[in-house]
Amino acid sequence: MSTAKEWLLDQSPSSKLQASMGSSYRMMRQLVRNPLAVIGILILLILVLAAIFAPIIAPHSPMGQNLGARLLPPSTEYWMGTDELGRDIFSRIIYGARITLVIVTLVAVISAPLGLLIGAISGYFGGWTDKVLMGITDVFLSMPKLILALAFVAALGPGIENAIIAIAITSWPAYARISRAETLTFRNSEFISAMRLLGASHARIITRHILPLCTSSVIVRVTLDMAGIILTAAGLGFLGLGAQPPLPEWGAMISRGRTFILDQWWVATMPGFAIILVSLGFCFLGDGLRDVLDPKQRGS
Amino acid sequence: MSAISLKNLDVSYGHNKVVTGVNIDVAEGESFALVGESGSGKSTVLKAIAGLAPEWTGEISLLGQSRSHMVERSSAKQCQMVFQDPYGSLHPRKSVDTVLMEPLMVHGIGNRNARVMEMLAAVGLDKRFRFRFPHQLSGGQRQRVAIARALILEPKVMLLDEPTSALDVSVQAEILNLLKKLRREQDLTYLMVTHNLPVVSFMCDRMAVMNKGRIVEIASASALHDGGFIDPYSLSLYAASGGNPDKKDTE
Repeated sequence: MSTAKEWLLDQSPSSKLQASMGSSYRMMRQLVRNPLAVIGILILLILVLAAIFAPIIAPHSPMGQNLGARLLPPSTEYWMGTDELGRDIFSRIIYGARITLVIVTLVAVISAPLGLLIGAISGYFGGWTDKVLMGITDVFLSMPKLILALAFVAALGPGIENAIIAIAITSWPAYARISRAETLTFRNSEFISAMRLLGASHARIITRHILPLCTSSVIVRVTLDMAGIILTAAGLGFLGLGAQPPLPEWGAMISRGRTFILDQWWVATMPGFAIILVSLGFCFLGDGLRDVLDPKQRGS
Repeated sequence: MSAISLKNLDVSYGHNKVVTGVNIDVAEGESFALVGESGSGKSTVLKAIAGLAPEWTGEISLLGQSRSHMVERSSAKQCQMVFQDPYGSLHPRKSVDTVLMEPLMVHGIGNRNARVMEMLAAVGLDKRFRFRFPHQLSGGQRQRVAIARALILEPKVMLLDEPTSALDVSVQAEILNLLKKLRREQDLTYLMVTHNLPVVSFMCDRMAVMNKGRIVEIASASALHDGGFIDPYSLSLYAASGGNPDKKDTE
């Protein structure tokens, strides 16, 4: 164990692999020292495990109806009670983790690279390129996120795929702004000039030299935004434009529970708790990541 | 054939004309210095030659070929630049190895491993520094990496923009000795910007004194020993830096 640690922390690494593993090890250690970040990691780990092992964990089917067991309060049989069709809420929440995970992953995978690239190109070239790209970004930024997502879903038709596309379309401008701002701070720095003098193409400079410096702040921002993405997805589900019944999407579950909120509180509350918990997990992790990746913003 | 030849060079940043009517001929293998106070336009001349200050008129030729206003891929193997600030001239997330490998990859040059090792040895860096990141290096070591990066494409002309002014005095001497040794070994031409006259007397054969964007005098480096300047500005610059640097050392 101690030899592995020494190998990772070696001041004079002997290969590329050792150097990069060493720096990620240092980052991990710093992250794990932050208790809130650890809580965030744990919450998200539970989310991922729940999504992977849903069929094993869930005691009941998430879709199977049992009208004899309608709206039962939480008990040892039904841990979080049942909804108006007699479906076990706990099982539905476990299966819902899959949908939530798919939504946040796909949105991040679509919007973060798009925003990064547009921002980096805009900041690096400046001039007209910058004006045009930032003009487009401003148009998207000027509309409230949820309203824009609603408009897109309404145009594309309700459904989880369209909700993902709509949320991705509304969330890239923020990342473009961040990566442009980062790019502007070092576009004229000497290491970029040196690469140009060495004959590197613009594409190479952007992808190899500029993007790696923007990614850390965008990763932080994406992680912090995950909570917002989950809420937007839940909001679309709540309005009936996201996941369609009988899919166990958390926002849609709250929407169904609204009718019984005074007498059968658990129907709306349990998925609400799940949303809050996962959002909180992403926020904690995002804060921890910011401290590790973005030394500029670190508090005193 | 001269290595660098500037004819009637005017350089401006937007509407601001920074350099006016510069004429310099640097012979191959020569070490030439541009001296002057801050803001006299000496670094701008260097940037124009490198292609980083594209708004110029006049003529710039490198090794007999006149150069265009843009950064050219083809001139990368002829002319390279070492920057003033070793903290700003290395990418903070790239290891020494990546920094030296990349120019070779860009130009499709093979046998990279051996070349990188050779270059590290040439600039006096031990091989255990190879996979370190800039934040794990001292200022002098970083400047050695920057010099190695500039030399790895085997250029003939080196533009040195105050390569030692950001370093402390003992390290300055090491870097200057290194530059002198490399020039001797690889038969390089240096065009060096500095405001440090002792550096000029140590490194260079000739110098041009610049003031307010113009060259006021081109003198041999021996003028630093006998004070043989003609222009009043050069004389006052010489006096301000304490006269004969060698004499001062021996006193």
